[in-house]
Amino acid sequence: MTAQFPALALILLFPALGFLFNVFCGNRAGRGAVNLVGPGVIFLAFLVTLWGFTRLLAMPSGAALEVTLWPWITAGQFHTEIALRLDALSAVMTLIVSGVGAVIHLYSVGYMAHDEDYARYFAYMNLFALSMLVLVLADNLLLMFVGWEGVGLCSYLLIAFWYDNAQFAYNGRKAFVVNRVGDAGFVLGILTILSALAAHGVWTLNFAELQTHSAMLAPVATMAGLLLLLGATGKSAQIPLYVWLPDAMVGPTPVSALIHAATMVTAGVYMIARLHFLYTLTPDAMYVVAVIGTVTAFFAATVAVVQTDIKRVLAYSTISQLGYMFMGVGAGAFAAGIFHVMTHAFFKGLLFLCAGSIIHALDGEQDMSRMGALWRRMPITYATMLAATLAISAVPGFSGYFSKDLILERTFAAGDHGLWLIGIITAGLTAFYMFRLLFLTFHGTSRVAPDKHVHESPPVMTVPLIILGVLSVVGGWIEMPDGWLWGGAFTHFLEPVFGPFRAHGAAGEAVGLAALLATLVGFVSAYVLYIQNPMLPAQIAADARAVYQVLVDKYYVDEAYNLIFGRFLFWGSETVLNRGVDHDLIDGIVNGTGLGVEESGEITRRSETGNVQVYAFVYLVGAVAIVAYYVYLVMVR
Amino acid sequence: MVPMSYFVALSAVLFVIGVAGVILRRNIIVIFMSIEVMLNAVNLAFVALGRRLGSMDGQVIVFFVMTVAAAEAAVGLAIILSVFRNRETVNADELNLMRW
Repeated sequence: MTAQFPALALILLFPALGFLFNVFCGNRAGRGAVNLVGPGVIFLAFLVTLWGFTRLLAMPSGAALEVTLWPWITAGQFHTEIALRLDALSAVMTLIVSGVGAVIHLYSVGYMAHDEDYARYFAYMNLFALSMLVLVLADNLLLMFVGWEGVGLCSYLLIAFWYDNAQFAYNGRKAFVVNRVGDAGFVLGILTILSALAAHGVWTLNFAELQTHSAMLAPVATMAGLLLLLGATGKSAQIPLYVWLPDAMVGPTPVSALIHAATMVTAGVYMIARLHFLYTLTPDAMYVVAVIGTVTAFFAATVAVVQTDIKRVLAYSTISQLGYMFMGVGAGAFAAGIFHVMTHAFFKGLLFLCAGSIIHALDGEQDMSRMGALWRRMPITYATMLAATLAISAVPGFSGYFSKDLILERTFAAGDHGLWLIGIITAGLTAFYMFRLLFLTFHGTSRVAPDKHVHESPPVMTVPLIILGVLSVVGGWIEMPDGWLWGGAFTHFLEPVFGPFRAHGAAGEAVGLAALLATLVGFVSAYVLYIQNPMLPAQIAADARAVYQVLVDKYYVDEAYNLIFGRFLFWGSETVLNRGVDHDLIDGIVNGTGLGVEESGEITRRSETGNVQVYAFVYLVGAVAIVAYYVYLVMVR
Repeated sequence: MVPMSYFVALSAVLFVIGVAGVILRRNIIVIFMSIEVMLNAVNLAFVALGRRLGSMDGQVIVFFVMTVAAAEAAVGLAIILSVFRNRETVNADELNLMRW
């Protein structure tokens, strides 16, 4: 059952107006107006989403709200519209994007208080939120792709926000180019689906219609699934295209929070969940999704263990947590994956905002080896960061516990015991590196440079921290074991979209206990290493020098990519395209034309002797020739 | 009665003398006079052919040409005079300001 709900358009209209205002009037209107409009429009979008959400709850399960704005493309039999659709899945995503997005926008007011370019900043942020909302609300693949490209563009603009730093600008370009590789896969996936349907005379990319005709997709499901997965690995920072995300942290910290929590990286998970009917057709592609997710989760967690830059640890933890989401959707537990998207949005958004608060207090210091013992001087930041750390470490009662446990349990139930085991180990690593981060920054002895005036952040920054802190604690309570609070309300809400989870076996009590045990081991080892014996980590690093160095240098993946692809691309761009095509061929044609005119002019100008009698003679010859011609004509006749 | 061809032949000879004068002589006053010879060669052809055809048109055009020639002589001589004042020469070879 679907109902028309034109107000859906407002969810997009508000951020769009905010973007236009900030672009064209922002600098003239001044900081006060921008600070009001920038976060305000996202908050309004959130309110409209809440309105739609309550309407949706009042309708029977499986219902959706729709609005068709205008026809978009009509080409032969193919027809597509700018149309929005709010069903259970997109409602959850829209609430996350607009809700967490609004909080991050509010925090930005405080974080960017000393930056001159606040209007440009909020313009990009509004556009980012707008693109993400288009992506999640789109009712067809093509409109989704518009949002998909939009977030790619905005991530580039925001990562390279301080573009006068060459390294930052480079990192922005890197994010853009790496995403472009994924986007190519996404486009090919769309075309594969379209051509498979067109063979049966069905011309559509609408999600609902695709699902109705999903039987026709069976022959190409694996190929389409893998191509779309390539797109998802680009946006959601999975192996092999995750390399842009750790470098994306050079943007302003709220941007990192927005990219890592509310927008962008969740796009890949959302897309796979949206196309669940396609992926359930192809166990092979599903398995690839699960394996990529699991391997990424483990791989990124090992890197996060040794990094000293606070934002880099968080960046790798994002990659790791996204791996969990892929593990979940790959195991067929789509609702569990989306649930982790939600809880992750709360605690990862919070972690980045806390990191931003610390960095703000320490005048831009990001190295954890120059922090420590901050908890007394930044109590609110400490309390909220503690909540987020407990949540991401999957401590029972906190939001991350419920979502991560659900993913691991369902992965086990789906029969992938090997993947489950890696997931458990990763859970231990997660607890370890997160408590390591917490201990290094807030506990132990202070290693802060003496000239820094450490202070708690202003309320405009701490209020968002508290909001997200509360959500990080209670956000998971919506999905409890049966009989507690609302029971499995979240998965039940999404069940009409995904259908029931197909378990191949039961997951006993021991499965849940193993995850708890891993978390405990992670916490205890972090406590022993960074509180009890602060000298020990350096000792271990020295003993296992080779392993430590490989981890610190992130497995040399960037170097390998540079060697294999980077060099080739740079050589091709520089030698073939720049020097060969651009300089030699195109410039050659242009300059050759000019040179030809100049040279021929050099020769023909010799006829301009300036001697009037020569001109007269030439004139005479011409006249005689013409007369001779006519005389000849007369004679011949 | 003098045959028609005599007039036309004389006209052609006078015209060629004029052309040769314009192209070969270096003194611009002589070149100028050669142009007058060419004009009058044409005038001769006009009156001769006009009489032959019994038409007044030839004589009308001749008067017209003579008027133009008078104006041209006035303008042309004035130009030559001012050129001479500036350049101290009437040699066409030396008057090549428009050279490449």
